[in-house]
Amino acid sequence: MAKLREYEQFVGSDVIDELELYAGKLQNVSVQNINSTAVGGGVAEILTRMIPLLKELGVNACWDVIKGGEKFFEVTKKMHNALHGQQVTFTRDEIDLYLYTNEQNRNEMELNRDIIFIHDPQPCALVLAKKSNGNRWIWRCHIDFSNPDLFTWQFLKEYINKYDVSVFSAPSFARKLKVPQVLISPSIDPTSDKNKELPDEIITSVLEKFGIDRKRPIVTQISRFDYLKDPVGVVKVFKLVKKYADCQLVLAGGGATDDPEGAKVLNDVREIVENDPDIFLLLLPPASDIEINALQRASSVVLQKSLKEGFGLTVAEALWKSKPVIAGAVGGIPLQITNKYSGLLTHSIEGTAFALKQLLQNPDYAKRLGENGRENIRRNFLITRHLRDYLLLFLSLITKNEDVVYL
Amino acid sequence: MDNKTANGFRFYTRQNLIFLLGRRAKNLSELLAGIKAVPPMTIFQHTHHYLIQHEHISPEPPNDFAYWITSALQDKLLGEKIASIDLRRYSDLEKIRTELINIVKTAQEDIEGMPHHNSPSGEEFHFMSARSFVFPTKYVANTLQEFKECLEKVSVYSIYFHVFEARFHKKEFDFSLWLSKSLGEEKLAEEFSKLDPYTQTIENLRKTLVKLIMNKLEGNKNGKA
Repeated sequence: MAKLREYEQFVGSDVIDELELYAGKLQNVSVQNINSTAVGGGVAEILTRMIPLLKELGVNACWDVIKGGEKFFEVTKKMHNALHGQQVTFTRDEIDLYLYTNEQNRNEMELNRDIIFIHDPQPCALVLAKKSNGNRWIWRCHIDFSNPDLFTWQFLKEYINKYDVSVFSAPSFARKLKVPQVLISPSIDPTSDKNKELPDEIITSVLEKFGIDRKRPIVTQISRFDYLKDPVGVVKVFKLVKKYADCQLVLAGGGATDDPEGAKVLNDVREIVENDPDIFLLLLPPASDIEINALQRASSVVLQKSLKEGFGLTVAEALWKSKPVIAGAVGGIPLQITNKYSGLLTHSIEGTAFALKQLLQNPDYAKRLGENGRENIRRNFLITRHLRDYLLLFLSLITKNEDVVYL
Repeated sequence: MDNKTANGFRFYTRQNLIFLLGRRAKNLSELLAGIKAVPPMTIFQHTHHYLIQHEHISPEPPNDFAYWITSALQDKLLGEKIASIDLRRYSDLEKIRTELINIVKTAQEDIEGMPHHNSPSGEEFHFMSARSFVFPTKYVANTLQEFKECLEKVSVYSIYFHVFEARFHKKEFDFSLWLSKSLGEEKLAEEFSKLDPYTQTIENLRKTLVKLIMNKLEGNKNGKA
């Protein structure tokens, strides 16, 4: 894991100095993070990077994982899907199992740190321990909350309202709650395999591996094969554009082999591709960060034509590589792209095709959008900003509840 | 709070934690209702945060209200009017609120009888607020030369705080006030006050302020007042 000062090269020493300044006010504060898995998934990935940085800053941070059986995690997976908007029904037994597992963990865990930082719905009901301890509790929602299933939302809301503060990733996820809602966007780590600088020969070797011609323009969308990412729409966009501008299309992602819907989406995409040799459908295994990095870096334009999106960190990844991005104006994407300033936001296949033609045929304009985009990510969506927001969040819980806090 | 030294000027920095109000608007009427009801820090957030968030883009996108009216409601005239409110004139957020209300109301009267124009689904305006955390930095100036050197070193967040945010909170953080009261540099203070910081990036503003000081220092060296 990178040390804090290694980020100076990306954000400048003044930003790191200021992080130390804020953390200086939290030296005696202990923060216990709790989630449901130690490895795999975005939450574990960010905690793996965040905890050492918090500790380096002198914050007494730790990370614990709740225990639960297979059935419990089946229930919480269902809950996760429901909060994403899927219609599901829960049996009484399933609800009881969720509450029982939380109760078991409540009894076994020491929940006595100054700040208890709960991530996602799985351990949400641990908050019932709050009353006896008198410490401050945060519930951090990492998932798309724009259209949750009503029953699941009503059930969970009862527990969320017992926290001191809740945290969401995008403005559209805000709900009517009794507790304050803080906006903290996720972030990317510029030192990770997915985002670090790559030697040119690695980029070339990845393209050669997939048979992609580096001399011709490359248009890329990185996402799992999912209807909500609209890969069929992306192929339609490409076909409209290819009549006027030479280019190749790369659709790269995982999630097809063990996911029945993914396999169906992939079939739909294959059907419309019709063996076009300029379209590359790449099913990447889970540990493909270097390949994704190389594909993004080799691209002339990156698309993220999502119809619905959580935060859409693939947009931040592409912008960080100074790529001009055309994306759907959904979820957290408008936070990352200000239309016509740091990328283009579109709403239709025709609009996306028009934007793509513009960028392929006006490389100076495309370059300017890419450079503005990178700067926006550098200032607002790197892990150092995420770290700063967490420090402010902790400070907000131990200082006076005023609009302006002088420290 | 660790305040200014006796006659020196301490530079402060600030960061905001953003709060979501759970209130949204999909048309002009809902936006107006929101502007009337939200806390003052929400008015500040939506008229100022873009200055620091998009600091790197030149020309910068306009404030949140203007950007949304232009891009989501496609009302370029009203967007332009909101974008060009002379925010420099105000040191009271309620007056900015009143100005916003007046402009939006007038626009509504102009389109009275016409159907409501709604933003596309998913592009609603989300009202937010902020809590500002202000920290003293290690930079303290006792002379004009030191002030220039500090100004060159402090973060953009510090400049943002002193130029944009401080006047809504405490006057003692104001550059011009210190230059005139503590250093007797009234002419320089006036030059600082006359700048419109809203129409340039913070880095540009830093360069302009440093240049004004250098001119003054050069003038002092050459024996001018």
